Amino acid sequence: MKPNCSFDTLIVGGGLVGAAIACGIAATGSRVAVVDGGDRDYRASRGNFGLVWVQGKGADFPAYARLSGIAARQWGDFAGELRDATGIDVGLQQTGGYDFCLTPEEWEAREWEMRQVAAHTEGEFEYQMLDQTELSKRIPEVSGDVLGASYSAQDGHVNPLYLLRALHQRMHDLGVDYRPAQAAHSSRRQGGEFIVTTRDTDFHAERVVFCAGLSNQRLCRDLDMHIPVQPLRGQLLITDRVPSFLPAATLQVRQTAEGTLQIGDSHEDVGLDESTTLEVITRLARRAVRIFPHLAQVRLNRAWGALRVMTPDGVPIYHRSLEHPGAYAVSCHSGVTLAAFHARQLAQWISSDAQDPLLNAFSAERFNV
Amino acid sequence: MIKSSYQLVVIGAGPAGMAVAQTAARHGIEVAVFDEQAHPGGQIYRNVDASPLGNIDLLGKDYVFGRQLVQGFRHAPVDYFANTAVWYLHPSGELGIVAGGEHRRVTAQRIVIACGAQERPMPFPGWDKAGVMTAGAGQILMKSAAMVPSEAPVLAGSGPLLLLLAWQYLRAGVKIRALVDTTQSASRWPAMQHFPKAIAASDYLFKGLKLVTAIRRARVPWLREASNLHAEGDERLRALSFNCRGKPQRIETSLLLLHQGVIPSVHMAAAAGCETSWNDPQQCWQPTVDDWGQSSAETVFVAGDAAGIGGARAAWLAGQLTGLQIAHQLGGIEQSQRDRLASPMRNARARHLAIRPFLDSWYRVADSSLVPGDETLACRCEEVSVGEIRALAAMGCSGPNQVKAFTRCGMGPCQGRFCASTVEQIFAHETAVDPQQIGRFNARPPLKPVTLGQLASSEE
Amino acid sequence: MFKMLEAAAGQVAIELDGVEVSVPADVSVAAALLYLDKIPLRHSAVHGSPRAPFCMMGICFECLVEVDGLANQRACQLQVEAGMRLRLQLAPTAGDDD
Repeated sequence: MKPNCSFDTLIVGGGLVGAAIACGIAATGSRVAVVDGGDRDYRASRGNFGLVWVQGKGADFPAYARLSGIAARQWGDFAGELRDATGIDVGLQQTGGYDFCLTPEEWEAREWEMRQVAAHTEGEFEYQMLDQTELSKRIPEVSGDVLGASYSAQDGHVNPLYLLRALHQRMHDLGVDYRPAQAAHSSRRQGGEFIVTTRDTDFHAERVVFCAGLSNQRLCRDLDMHIPVQPLRGQLLITDRVPSFLPAATLQVRQTAEGTLQIGDSHEDVGLDESTTLEVITRLARRAVRIFPHLAQVRLNRAWGALRVMTPDGVPIYHRSLEHPGAYAVSCHSGVTLAAFHARQLAQWISSDAQDPLLNAFSAERFNV
Repeated sequence: MIKSSYQLVVIGAGPAGMAVAQTAARHGIEVAVFDEQAHPGGQIYRNVDASPLGNIDLLGKDYVFGRQLVQGFRHAPVDYFANTAVWYLHPSGELGIVAGGEHRRVTAQRIVIACGAQERPMPFPGWDKAGVMTAGAGQILMKSAAMVPSEAPVLAGSGPLLLLLAWQYLRAGVKIRALVDTTQSASRWPAMQHFPKAIAASDYLFKGLKLVTAIRRARVPWLREASNLHAEGDERLRALSFNCRGKPQRIETSLLLLHQGVIPSVHMAAAAGCETSWNDPQQCWQPTVDDWGQSSAETVFVAGDAAGIGGARAAWLAGQLTGLQIAHQLGGIEQSQRDRLASPMRNARARHLAIRPFLDSWYRVADSSLVPGDETLACRCEEVSVGEIRALAAMGCSGPNQVKAFTRCGMGPCQGRFCASTVEQIFAHETAVDPQQIGRFNARPPLKPVTLGQLASSEE
Repeated sequence: MFKMLEAAAGQVAIELDGVEVSVPADVSVAAALLYLDKIPLRHSAVHGSPRAPFCMMGICFECLVEVDGLANQRACQLQVEAGMRLRLQLAPTAGDDD
């Protein structure tokens, strides 16, 4: 056995989830390794819209509503911490978020959702339903076609790719042993430790945390954890830089720190297919121009598809194995909103093996009914 | 009128594209050709039958040869659409095009990518300065606008195209300030093993000799074994400094024309999902195709320099072979007739390709020219330095796509056309892994500019 | 920077940054700007570096100019037309009025 393949904690997957948790655990002094896929493997961060988003989350899952709020409130502090430690600015703008309503049905459904989340969080979640008049005071470029929007002051956005870069830099600085192109094939428990096999090596660890995105279901089966995840494709458009006009993030269109516009919010159940389609590209463009007519002349820079990691109820899985103490699985599609929480409280929950009543609701046991 | 579907769509009206279209049409296939330029001919035969020059002989026999090809094409029974760009291509046969300022959807049973080649990026400190252009740009200005440098330019780099440009300029009465030649003398001996094969294409060798003789006769300062190029100037280029056989040199100039070889434009094929492979003798990626030009995606063929650098004559022949195979697949020609017609084309093509191993070896680009110093801009669009990328590679970043995500390198309007090769080479050198393993940037639509408004007002 | 090798087929009048200029007919906008020696013609997005046409074949996106009110048009892919209104996308300097 090679001398540098034995660790306290092995994180399987170096995406937004794995990297954040690795940083949190390494900061406690634990010897951490991260095994990551290759340069062209599925990476949800490349499809993430970059939203730090609370509104609408957990309308039918109270613990998730509370969790989102907790996570979002820490983001400012977390971004500052990352910048101080790595010099990398992840471009956090947390000036609120808008979700446009284009039909009366959308408005009604949204209003119901907002009320639910407010109730679940005992009023901690605050929101406004803005009509056309109020909305155009805030964002003058919005067209008359838009009926209004829901707004939450806690929402915001970051650059998800710079966030991943910052987390990787932090991992490096904390002495995490990062191994790219070492996607895990299988794992087992032997003696008192876990052994994870990759293309080149067996990695030994006292504790293993599976953050392998769409591969989690297959990998976790080896250790008797049932982690149901499915791909859900989202197509995204990004434009050339345009003069700054959006004061905050919106679910449909956001303006990045560089000035480019990102357009998204599509959902397709197509399996492991990351290709783009003319149909969705034109639909996304049409909606963007319908909301912001002045964008008609703006050039599309790039269109791509990426796969979200979706659990059956869309709510994260934070699973601690009972049969094999020390084995954990983490799956979610909100790697950005929850990043601060993952690097702090979740990492703590894993490394200290503590009990956290909030996290009990997120166990994968909830699917075994 | 562009129809909404064709049996065959050809992208590009250079020698390969024209040949595919004419050959397939001859066997009854319904063909549309989409080309971005205003006239057929691609870059190599640009404006050859619509030249602003009084006498195109100025540009040499090889260029003039293209005129008959273009004129033949203009009379072929194909739907040819100039000023039309393909911005989306899916291997299912679906295309998105922009024509007359409008986006339209077209479908085809077969698609041929014949979009040719581009110059290999030649990054060095200051290569982004105003007044630095490519040798190809110089040729395009001559061919399409009858324009030449008003002051003696400096030509820098390596390769036949650089010598051809020098020769054409001399014939046009343009003085050349200097030819700063980065060709490695260390390549000469290894190149000689390919010389016997090159004799089969002796006309190419004689042509090359003719160019060299003319340049020497004109007493153009020919500075060999140049390295460490630096372009200097603030608002615009003022001088080029470099080492010549180890000795530092500096030439004042406001126009610098660069060239270090041509590489296939793989962006479209890659975006269409075609497999690509690294061609080490030519130091570039090319789509993996069979000997009819069919890619790993059944509906997509790649012909001409877009499939691998072979030059205009080989491209014309490759296009004919692809046209035959598509005609056969779509029921326009029997297999035996296809093979009968193909045989002499293959032989002719092989002869034209015989020069390549020698040229590729002789003009092999030095590592130092592929992977310049830290302060060089790797990505011109997003202004990411070689140093920043090198640091990430050294830190264990997983590859070019992760670098793109982390730095925006490759996310600008050129979508990696001028930085991908640099990023791949940095990784290859830092990690001692060959480019095939390193991989390429993912290529995505739009392949050509299209606006949100154009997309929004379509019928989809 | 570049000159006509022979007399052009004709001239066209276009407007450049509000000033009427005469350029050879039947050439690309980029060629016309090189003929007028109007380089640099823009400043880069990130660091504001002066840039000018580079590849002349539509793939480098350095030759971006505003044409008839539309920003970021590739000058090498458009032919000059009489009455065309061009604006260079240069970063404003201290002495500019707008």
